[in-house]
Amino acid sequence: MTSPRTSAVLRPPGRPALRALDEQDVVGELLVRSLVRAQLVLALRLAAVFAFLLGGLPLLFAVAPATRDIEVLGLTLPWLVLGVLVYPALLAGGWLYVRLAERNERDFVELVERS
Amino acid sequence: MRSSGPYDEAAVVLVVLLTLAVGSYGLRLARTTSDFLVASRGVSPLLNASAIGGEYLSAASFLGIAGLVFAYGADMLWYPVGFVAGYLVLLMVVAAPLRRSGAYTVPDFAEARLGSAAVRRLASALVVAIGWLYLVPQLQGAGLTLRATTGAPAWAGAVLVAVVVTVNVAGGGMRSATFVQAFQYWLKLTAISVPLLVLVSVWQSDGAPDLAGPQGPVFRETTTLRLDDPVRVQVLEAVTVRAPTGDRLLAPGRERLEAGTYVFPAGAAVPHVDRIEAAAGDDWARPLSGAGGLEHPLYATYALVLATFLGTLGLPHVLVRFYTNPDGASARRTTLFVLALLGTFYLAPALYGALGRVYVPQLLLTGQTDAVVLALPRAMVGGLTGALLEALLVAGAFAAFLSTSSGLLVSTAGVIVQDVLRGSVRDFRRATVVAAVVPLVLALAASRLPVGVVVGLAFALAASTFCPLLVLGIWWRGLTAPGAATGLVVGGGLSAAAVLATFTGLVDGGWPASLLAQPAAWTVPVTFAVMIGVSLATKDRIPADVGRTMLRLHAPESLGLDRRS
Repeated sequence: MTSPRTSAVLRPPGRPALRALDEQDVVGELLVRSLVRAQLVLALRLAAVFAFLLGGLPLLFAVAPATRDIEVLGLTLPWLVLGVLVYPALLAGGWLYVRLAERNERDFVELVERS
Repeated sequence: MRSSGPYDEAAVVLVVLLTLAVGSYGLRLARTTSDFLVASRGVSPLLNASAIGGEYLSAASFLGIAGLVFAYGADMLWYPVGFVAGYLVLLMVVAAPLRRSGAYTVPDFAEARLGSAAVRRLASALVVAIGWLYLVPQLQGAGLTLRATTGAPAWAGAVLVAVVVTVNVAGGGMRSATFVQAFQYWLKLTAISVPLLVLVSVWQSDGAPDLAGPQGPVFRETTTLRLDDPVRVQVLEAVTVRAPTGDRLLAPGRERLEAGTYVFPAGAAVPHVDRIEAAAGDDWARPLSGAGGLEHPLYATYALVLATFLGTLGLPHVLVRFYTNPDGASARRTTLFVLALLGTFYLAPALYGALGRVYVPQLLLTGQTDAVVLALPRAMVGGLTGALLEALLVAGAFAAFLSTSSGLLVSTAGVIVQDVLRGSVRDFRRATVVAAVVPLVLALAASRLPVGVVVGLAFALAASTFCPLLVLGIWWRGLTAPGAATGLVVGGGLSAAAVLATFTGLVDGGWPASLLAQPAAWTVPVTFAVMIGVSLATKDRIPADVGRTMLRLHAPESLGLDRRS
């Protein structure tokens, strides 16, 4: 009763690309693969940026311990970054992701509807 | 701590009454099973984000992080960072596809994606396991907070929280929980930020004493301390204290303090409870210094980062909230709001921890580090204002226990009702009672474990089971049912074994203990490897409709797919 439906039924069967998607023929599958790939590449790129910026911090502190004592605006670097700056940075990253992911989706819809 | 008069009790009563009142507003709207499970998917992004914030900010966030920063210093800043960054990962990897899957719960998703009832049952068992592992410290924390502030017996708080959330959830399901949790986010934000503004201005009018100088914590003034239980402490500098038996010289090294009242002179270095090593302020403020006696801080930091970044997207009570959005785009928008709401909240706990070093260092002696947030107003402000600020913080802490427990209860009961019972509204109510009674019994029976540690283990369990399942299920066509099942068993088994070994104290000290206390760093990669490896070996089991599922997960709603959910 509450189990999910597994089939996606397409409403207007007129457009060929939509039908290709619905029937998952070669063209349809290629279309889906390209969308999934575009979104995955986007996610991986942004994740890599944050992994480098955030994930690199402990390593930086370990390799160059003096960086732990640099004072900026009355706070030491670790406290400024981990206590304050990281939060707006994460929000900005999220905002950028949403913009780009929605652009990928718009491109996909245009591609399907134009054909 | 002793009772501070009627304000704390009044705060708890008020929060409970408000919770029930807000919950009964949802009750009038809840009729169908879909209302109960996913609020009929009609929750707007800001309301949903507030609810996620309300549910996510548990006692571990409201009290625990400040306590950890207070005791162990800068490395603990990674906890809140990871708790928020986890949502960025969730946003990029699962938010929209999960909503578009049309599922109600993680087990639904697993079944729809892999067409396997066995994987579904495994996922259901894991949802319940994570839910209970997370509920136990919430209930225990409620008991301790109530005892510390009002003097009520420890079981009273646990029972109170269990009863209130059961009534709310059984009454109105996800509809009620959504309003209750959204309300509780804003309550918690107010409760943690208003007192902090006052405390910081007091600190400044005090001449802004150094929070991280070269000295270790000292008693600022002559301090009278009542110990309810005997404590083993490490003494750093010899000090003569007034003990229950008369003046006593505490020599450097280990000492045992019997229960009773002690008076420490102003300026004396604070002896630390045995498990926390004393650290000078500047070491405490430096990451990777091992302050407080943390072993292998670099490994611990990376393991913590992995567990929190990846665990968030596997927490069933968080995921279930994403199914309540109307569509994939609003699921993304919800996550953006969550990033903003959580980022704002998490500016506060570290400051409480830092102020605690100066104003309530005696908590390092008693070991009640989780109490640092609640203790500061009376230590710094005192009088009626201090008592009222403390009551506000007690209200916030109780809101934390209530909202996290409701969220966990909704998701656990949701799975029980779907997989064990038939799925009617009456069944949902019965499932809720079962889902609440088991952790309550565990919370009352089990010995007390630090909130932060248990919650960390729940994250590790989620990170090494649902995270690989969802990431591979959403992004990789090659995942098969045998691969997913083996991965869940291996990842769940390894992290559960690590959890048990840590609780029972089987291994103490050295690398093995560090690896077991922070298992995510090795269990997550192992699970990914197992899922991928077994899937590659069982290629013939790739579901035939995987292309359709991928389409459904990733195609925007505007394409005109009828999703029928």
